Amino acid sequence: MTGSALDRADADGFRIAVVGSGPSGFYVSEALLRAGVPLSVDMFEQLPVPYGLVRFGVAPDHPKLKLVTAAFDRIATTPGFRFIGGVAVGRHVAIDELRESYDAVVLATGADISRSLGVPGEDLSGSHRAGDFVGWYNGHPDFRDCQFDLGCEAATVIGHGNVALDVARILAKTADELRRTDIAAHALEVLAESRICEIHVVGRGKPSQAKFTAKELRDFLELDECDASVLSRDVAPDDFTPDNPQDPELAEKLALLRGFSQQVSTKRRRCVFRFGLSPRAIRGRGRVETIAFAPPASPAIEDIDCGLVFRSVGRRSTPLAGVPYDEHRGVHANNEGRVADGSSVIAGLYVCGWSKRGPSGTIGTNRGCGMATAEAVLADLPALSGRRSSDPDALLARLRHRVARIVSYRDWVAIDAAEKRRGAPLGKPREKFVSVADMLAAADA
Amino acid sequence: MTYVVTDNCRGCRYTECVTVCPVECFHVDEKMTYIDPENCIDCGGCVPVCPVAAIEPDYRLAADKKFWIDVNRKRAAETPVLTGRLPPLPGADARRQELGR
Repeated sequence: MTGSALDRADADGFRIAVVGSGPSGFYVSEALLRAGVPLSVDMFEQLPVPYGLVRFGVAPDHPKLKLVTAAFDRIATTPGFRFIGGVAVGRHVAIDELRESYDAVVLATGADISRSLGVPGEDLSGSHRAGDFVGWYNGHPDFRDCQFDLGCEAATVIGHGNVALDVARILAKTADELRRTDIAAHALEVLAESRICEIHVVGRGKPSQAKFTAKELRDFLELDECDASVLSRDVAPDDFTPDNPQDPELAEKLALLRGFSQQVSTKRRRCVFRFGLSPRAIRGRGRVETIAFAPPASPAIEDIDCGLVFRSVGRRSTPLAGVPYDEHRGVHANNEGRVADGSSVIAGLYVCGWSKRGPSGTIGTNRGCGMATAEAVLADLPALSGRRSSDPDALLARLRHRVARIVSYRDWVAIDAAEKRRGAPLGKPREKFVSVADMLAAADA
Repeated sequence: MTYVVTDNCRGCRYTECVTVCPVECFHVDEKMTYIDPENCIDCGGCVPVCPVAAIEPDYRLAADKKFWIDVNRKRAAETPVLTGRLPPLPGADARRQELGR
């Protein structure tokens, strides 16, 4: 199939571009297409494959969460929806050019920049962004060539969110625990040779302040060769007593951590949850050897020796040319979904998901968020009528000269089927293609 | 595992859960909502948005609430999917206060 396999969109009605194909992009599309207003949606995605962080963020050993893609596929087959893969907004087409061709443009670009710690030594060899590691084990083409040296005995994950737990758990699991997931083959190979036996998961807050969820923490009860522990010197006796007894989530989280603090380690690996420690410096001769931590506002330094560090202290959105940016929140500047420069709203430009409200919530949070942005778009559409000066199909014709190939949803279905065929003999749900060239070849096969 | 709607929903039925469910697994009757355990993907997004804390993961239910697991499974099979929010039941806010929420 070629780019011409893109179905013709309904020429009547409003034309809306959605930038990004993660959860919020799909959910804003769903809300728009269900509104009963004559409109069609073109979803732009820089890669040939959709689903954003559901494909490249959700950990390979959490397959049930990935079943959400069935909902995305249902949205993608709604009349009026087109997937325009392989086109990078900001590189192949500027925001302003999109705005000339569409009545409304909705940015759903996510939060793909890992925040830095701001301490010396952050760039030493062996110090990595957690997001790079996640992209690597999930087979993201941009991260497949990353190198992680797992030949050392100790690794430290800085941060107490769910991404930190994902990283720690993937390091803690044996190759056999990962072999039948959709983990990228290159990652499985390296992890199988890992010599890591001690994983420190370090956060600056108390147990009650940790952002990870009880559900993610529970996974640490069921690891084949790794015990979880909490050091008694990090916690006061009442740190495991929830302030709010009406909060069962917090109560469960603290009960799990209390259990870890009482556990005797017997397995080959140990994952130690550390509290009340902020990183001050990463040190080593040429590569990471130790991290200096201190309690907040205290000079008492504690060194944790390790050869590998993953920084997992939040993410922010990549700024886009032509779109005002909120430096403080790390999102496209917006007023409840309408992109705005200060108090002045930019007509026809919207945002949803993590690039609207920052990286928080579960997959479903983006559904409510997408609906809210769709409501703003729908309220504004009558006033936006007649604003655009060009036609989306004329834009697509120009884009065909700028990219090797425009990938349709039917092309993705072919790539998807090929990945599943590759995975089947290995007992994996799929073996992902990890290069754009291989994805495109599968679409053509 | 799955998530389960329990008795706090009865008489309130706020349906905030429906707006955040990524897979539309909430069903509804005149009294409350139910989660279809076959479709729930365990994302947990509905738990914090429920104004009356009616939703829990199955393993966290107290012994005297475990029967809600079967009720959800059975009623989800018998009732329609709820695709959008409904107005809360009359008296929902009073009941919410009664529940101390």
